[in-house]
Amino acid sequence: MPERITPLPPDRAAALAGAYEAAIAATRRRTWAGLAGLVVLTGLAAWAAEVRPWVLATHLGRFTDYIVQILPPLTLANLPGDLADWYWGGPKWLGLLGETLLMAYLGTLLGGIGGFLLCFSAAANVAGSRTACILVRRGLEVCRTVPEIVFALIFVIAFGLGPMVGVLALAIHTTGALGKLFAEVVENIDMKPVESLTAAGAGRIEILRFAVLPQVLSNFASYGLLRFEINVRGAGVMGFVGAGGIGQELLVAIRNFYYADVSAILVLIILTVMAIDLGTERLRHGLLGGLR
Amino acid sequence: MTGPDLGPAEIAALRRRFPDSFRPAWRGRLLGGLALAGLLALAGYALVRLDVSPARLLAGLGRLGEFSLLMLPPETGGRAWAFLQALAETLGIAFIGTLTAALLAFPVAFLAARNVVPNPFVHFAVRRGLDVMRSVDVLIWALIWINVVGLGPFAGALAIACADFGALGKLFSEAVETADAKAGEGVAASGGTALHRVRFGLIPAVLPVLGSQVLYFFESNTRSATIIGIVGAGGIGQYLSELIRVLELRQVAFLILMILVTVALIDAVSGRLRRALIGGAAR
Repeated sequence: MPERITPLPPDRAAALAGAYEAAIAATRRRTWAGLAGLVVLTGLAAWAAEVRPWVLATHLGRFTDYIVQILPPLTLANLPGDLADWYWGGPKWLGLLGETLLMAYLGTLLGGIGGFLLCFSAAANVAGSRTACILVRRGLEVCRTVPEIVFALIFVIAFGLGPMVGVLALAIHTTGALGKLFAEVVENIDMKPVESLTAAGAGRIEILRFAVLPQVLSNFASYGLLRFEINVRGAGVMGFVGAGGIGQELLVAIRNFYYADVSAILVLIILTVMAIDLGTERLRHGLLGGLR
Repeated sequence: MTGPDLGPAEIAALRRRFPDSFRPAWRGRLLGGLALAGLLALAGYALVRLDVSPARLLAGLGRLGEFSLLMLPPETGGRAWAFLQALAETLGIAFIGTLTAALLAFPVAFLAARNVVPNPFVHFAVRRGLDVMRSVDVLIWALIWINVVGLGPFAGALAIACADFGALGKLFSEAVETADAKAGEGVAASGGTALHRVRFGLIPAVLPVLGSQVLYFFESNTRSATIIGIVGAGGIGQYLSELIRVLELRQVAFLILMILVTVALIDAVSGRLRRALIGGAAR
């Protein structure tokens, strides 16, 4: 049997409707105020960054022209020959690409080791002392806030040109970035194994090895792989400041308008980065999925 | 309360019942050892190939020590005002770049999301396009845009917008795909069209997540915007690379300190905003 719903007395209904309207109006006002703030900030930022949409509009043709110009002169009739022409520097570029990958690998490995050694001192729950914790954290912050290219600029003067500089710059930046992420992982562990090992009289190293490490290792590896992916991109432009890798060739090609070379090197870089992305993504899913 | 007392006889019985738990895990150790050996071998090859030599390292470290002494105390060289202007330019580049990227990525993300556009060809094509944009580094984008709009911060803003369009598009589409489908089903059940479903079922659910991702990118872009000046695309990087080349290290130290303080401030403000966004709406 359907139950009749007695309507609210009109004055109460009006009061409730009024309250609803007021709440909605308050939300609307907040949204509009937020939007107005955003517009003001955008105006200021556009002024600071000398944004000139009309320049972009008049010269947008140049962008499409540029894309068209760097397209390789491939014809269907003579495809193998054209391809060989396009990649005339193939062996040299592949060698430099290999160098870039090795730089990223070594930088990630050294930075990962650095981050691993420092992260336990930076994690509040297992850190030895409060002051050391704060000091290590500030140090890691400096390492990751200064971009790796800036480190490379300074190191090029100290160590001389070459890929070693790129490796060191990447390693320092990676230490900062991974140290922070690793420390956050360590702070989120289950503390019970640590307590039981402490109760059983284990030393600091033993606690870290048998209570902390088994919980964090898969996450560490996953973050390390993610960082490798980022570092491949970073290593690709290290050559812009003379720190090795394929960046130098690309810079020369762009600056001297060797159009076909630009596209050839760009395609190589894009394919490599995409392949590495897919590979590390699969590995990371395996790592995190298998142990969960 | 004490645990059960185990004598040698009971331990021996447990060993017999659970032999696997007491045996050393040879297979795991072997695999781990092999992986480690492979990693180290590759590292050794890389060290040789990239000619990292202890002699060079030591000599360089010595010079680096001298440099760090030369950096003290930081000074402005009478150009404090110019540095501040460059810093404002850097922040402007990061802000405009991130905002443009977010505005462009927002509609595209729905095209790349499997639960909005079921056509696999469309979202495969959009995804790969985003991947290509993302694989090209900001500095390379800056070089390309300098050819189009000339030297200056505008090229930098466009470069950041392009590189982040790819990254944000990917993240946004992942957020849309993991959103709860129930709200959209409710809208569809009460007669909403596909567009209604997106507007009232999906957007309110994903907006806070997207907002926090945009803020996070703004933080990281403040860092990238400090370097695009190296190729001439505006911001504080121009001064930084010039002053490093002419070894005005005390001014370099001042610039680096300025960057550190600014980035820390931006991180603090946007971290608070992000927590407000996520905490207020997603729970």
